[in-house]
Amino acid sequence: MTSSTGLTLKNIKKSYGKTEVLHGIDLDIKLGEFVVFVGPSGCGKSTLLRMIAGLEDITSGDLFIEGHNVNDIPSAMRGIAMVFQSYALYPHMTVYDNMAFSMRIAKEDKATIDERVTSTAAMLQLTDYLYRLPKALSGGQRQRVAIGRAIVRNPKVFLFDEPLSNLDASLRVQTRIEIANLNESLKETTMIYVTHDQIEAMTLADRIVVLSAGKIEQVGTPLELYGQPANLFVAQFIGSPAMNIFTVTLIKSGELTSIQSQNGHQVDIPIKSHSDIENQTLSIGVRPEDFRLADQASCMLSGTISFVESLGEVTLLHLDSAESKVPVIVKIPGIINKHKGETIYLTVDADKTHLFDANGISLRYL
Amino acid sequence: MQSIPSNKSNRVMMSLKQMRRSPLMLLVHLSVLLLVLLWTFPTAGLLISSFRDKDQLAVSGWWEALSSSEQNLIGRTDAPDQQVLLDGEYVLAGKIEDFNPKDEILRFGWTSQEPEAYLAGSVAKMRDGGTLTVAGDGRYSMASPTPFTGSRGNRVFYTALASPKFTLDNYDEVLHSEGIGQSFINSLTVTIPATIIPILIAAFAAYALSWMRLPGRGILIALVVGLLVVPLQMSLIPLLQLYNTIGGYFGVSAKSYLGIWLAHTGFGLPLAIYLLRNYISGLPKEIIESARVDGANDFDIFVKIILPLSFPALASFAIFQFLWVWNDLLVATVFLGNGEHELVLTGRLRELLGSRGGNWEILTASAFVSIAVPLTVFWTLQRYLVRGLLTGSVK
Amino acid sequence: MEQLYYSLLAMLLGVFACVFYFFGSNWLLGVIFPINHVSNQKMAKNIRRAAAIRPWLFLGPALFFLGLYLVYPVFDSVYLSLHGRNGEDFVGLANYQWLFNDNEFIESLINNVMWLLIVPALSTFFGLIIAALTDRIRWGNIAKSLIFMPMAISFIGASIIWKFVYDYRAEGSDQIGLLNAVVEYFGGTPQAWITIPFWNDILLMVILIWIQTGFAMVILSAALRGIPEETVEAAVLDGANGIQIFFKILIPQIWGSIAVVWTTITILVLKVFDIVLAMTNGQWDTQVLANMMFDWMFRGGGDFGRGAAIAVIIMIAVIPVMVWNVRQANAQMEGR
Repeated sequence: MTSSTGLTLKNIKKSYGKTEVLHGIDLDIKLGEFVVFVGPSGCGKSTLLRMIAGLEDITSGDLFIEGHNVNDIPSAMRGIAMVFQSYALYPHMTVYDNMAFSMRIAKEDKATIDERVTSTAAMLQLTDYLYRLPKALSGGQRQRVAIGRAIVRNPKVFLFDEPLSNLDASLRVQTRIEIANLNESLKETTMIYVTHDQIEAMTLADRIVVLSAGKIEQVGTPLELYGQPANLFVAQFIGSPAMNIFTVTLIKSGELTSIQSQNGHQVDIPIKSHSDIENQTLSIGVRPEDFRLADQASCMLSGTISFVESLGEVTLLHLDSAESKVPVIVKIPGIINKHKGETIYLTVDADKTHLFDANGISLRYL
Repeated sequence: MQSIPSNKSNRVMMSLKQMRRSPLMLLVHLSVLLLVLLWTFPTAGLLISSFRDKDQLAVSGWWEALSSSEQNLIGRTDAPDQQVLLDGEYVLAGKIEDFNPKDEILRFGWTSQEPEAYLAGSVAKMRDGGTLTVAGDGRYSMASPTPFTGSRGNRVFYTALASPKFTLDNYDEVLHSEGIGQSFINSLTVTIPATIIPILIAAFAAYALSWMRLPGRGILIALVVGLLVVPLQMSLIPLLQLYNTIGGYFGVSAKSYLGIWLAHTGFGLPLAIYLLRNYISGLPKEIIESARVDGANDFDIFVKIILPLSFPALASFAIFQFLWVWNDLLVATVFLGNGEHELVLTGRLRELLGSRGGNWEILTASAFVSIAVPLTVFWTLQRYLVRGLLTGSVK
Repeated sequence: MEQLYYSLLAMLLGVFACVFYFFGSNWLLGVIFPINHVSNQKMAKNIRRAAAIRPWLFLGPALFFLGLYLVYPVFDSVYLSLHGRNGEDFVGLANYQWLFNDNEFIESLINNVMWLLIVPALSTFFGLIIAALTDRIRWGNIAKSLIFMPMAISFIGASIIWKFVYDYRAEGSDQIGLLNAVVEYFGGTPQAWITIPFWNDILLMVILIWIQTGFAMVILSAALRGIPEETVEAAVLDGANGIQIFFKILIPQIWGSIAVVWTTITILVLKVFDIVLAMTNGQWDTQVLANMMFDWMFRGGGDFGRGAAIAVIIMIAVIPVMVWNVRQANAQMEGR
């Protein structure tokens, strides 16, 4: 283990009775890295975080923090701190006492406690509220107290469990920026952040871990996940509205892959493919923002508008198309003059498409 | 009942505005008033009676406490040494001894056989040719051809319209001569430790049953729920035997304060654990986990987080247990003796019911002393009581 | 007064003993299974062990008291009920045989059944009516407090209050009991009600109903208020009148609470003792099981066999409610 490793998970599994909810998680997190666990609810991301925190037992596998196996080490001795979804402030203690609690348990001397609490409070602009009870604070202030309570412990690993989900929209953006700044200032501290909100994930993360049904689907930087999703799940999970998927047949493999859509269009895609999947059915993915309006002659796809969402900066068109069973969603910049019932024609740049084999794995990763 | 959030119901009431406007509403007001009167009259009667003069209490209903009542009384004339000789007759005149100047004499008589034979102001013929006149204001004049003899005055029987009298004499009597004062202290002696001790024991158990990993937790909780309804009667004989054995072994009395404290602790625990567990298990999980991440062990968490946050539930149970122990008769009768320094208020009341069954001035005052404490607790801490009831009943 | 100091001292000692026990055992656990200055492996092991033991330390005193004061007596009572008056000679079912041939027992049984039928029903009924009515008027909370108040009064205190209400003076003299005064006012003849079989039972039940209606009212009032107001509003829009809303919308939604109130009062009724003891001591056909059991505990120096047998009968009557409660609690826990 080198000292640049923040956290290592080796084949971590979790079962409740006979039900396995995490099926072997392997992950390396670098020191000081900001990693976001994202996935639909029930995918096991919170369980994984709670196992790192020591709030859940590890059924099998090994967990290392900065090189030390901490499987059986209690939470408090793992060098972690956690910010909970509901903030979990102690309602009967003042802000000061909330922040001092862990140090008092650890029997730090008074001067140290006072110094740390005051400086942390100053950093988070909480100095004026130190002697208030949590119930006298606004949502954003409570959030900052929760973060402050974690900071004073000087943790090696900072854990966030959906910390923004109880805030309203404007506060959420603001607090997101504060957390990003915090990450800037605590360079040595590894941060792990759980959310179901992909915007939080995309904006905060150095790397994102996409989880689904107790497995890691993909690990990568936000733009890797967006540009080169490893599989259909990630492709559809990242990006909003979700990527459109059409069924195509692979006609010719090679450096350029030729595919034929159901209505007979043929396109060459600059993705390498292996010859043993020739003539198989594949899925092609196109993000809504990658479509362009075209005329009937050069179009790859046509459809009737079933619904128009004019959002000002973009216009979302819902199309009924022969190519797809579910409505195709197209995102066009600006305001356009299209109405329900019109037929429109679309084209796509071949290099912006994604190909997935019958198992849903991206051809880029095969 | 301030504790029940009324916001919501207000809105329900708003939506029922149509009904409020109907003439039925008057009926609702009247029927609630009737029910309230029905429910408060008995206690009011007790309270009013306990302050009434005991002679008045015995002859008229408490609802007539403010009106004058007829009372049969006995007084005396002045002693014979006050007599004067006037026109050849010996005369005694003055005010009837002990006559309350606020009263008015209606009828009088001079023998116990005919205590109200004459109207006030008329002249009564006595034996030996003597006469007696008693006026409504208590003045009398007695004349006789022969001198009055003896050392004391004559008895005069009269019926007076007595004005209402309120007094603290009844309380004075029960507190000092009937042993209620001592019993009050005995009751406190039983109640205070028997309220506090089970709370601590139950709080720890409730925390363990809520938040600690423990094999068989479900079974233990079911056991507590089951024990909630086990009748006390099941425990009396076995425990009495056990206490006798232990007392005999150590050569001390089987009936002691320690014994009853422990008994009340045991009997109160199922409700205490159940109530506190319901509350403690409803505390937010994240707060407890947060404390755990902060380095607190179960003991720290209990003392520093759970106890302060559970104050409402602790208060609820304390009130229940206090009322139950204070009002208990059965456990006290079985496990505590009858001595002057042991008999509790409920036991004393029972004794008085037997020995002073007809003396309502004693019974009403004693009963009121015994219910004064729980009523005070009730009126000051009602909202905790209501909250306790709502979390305490198995739903 | 001196004795009050003893009691405060006892309370402090008791609290201190508890604190000492919990702190002490926790400290001891830390000494036996240290987590500082030991290897990681050992620490992990010690933490696991301490965590396995600690819940039992927390539960220990409670389990001791529950076991000694409630669980053991249940079994011992059954044992004693099969033995003679001193609890020594085995007599089989003789005590039960005696019971079912004893007139007083049959009378108690019948009376208890009457109590069980009447008291929970009327308490719940009045509680529900009062809860529903007071919710609609502005001074409802005061009314509720006044009706709830008897809850704080001891059974024996309540007995004196009502004995005064039932007091009887020979015809002709002024009645000082409210009941006879009312009877007389309406032209009836005053009676010594407490001595008239059947009616005296009813009058004793009135006392318990008077006490318990407040309890029923509090629970049912909270249940009524817990009903989502939208359901009432929807019914108003659908054109239901007040009575229809009450019976077709409100009542069906609070069946659970009604059951809770009913069973709680039922249990209480089975144990009713103080009222009968104070009012009649079982004379004039008012005997009930709990008072009869108390009687046999001490009668002629005490017959523990027969007393225990009556206790077991009361216990058997409680069991259905107990099973129901445990099931409810389990269902509730699984729901969490």
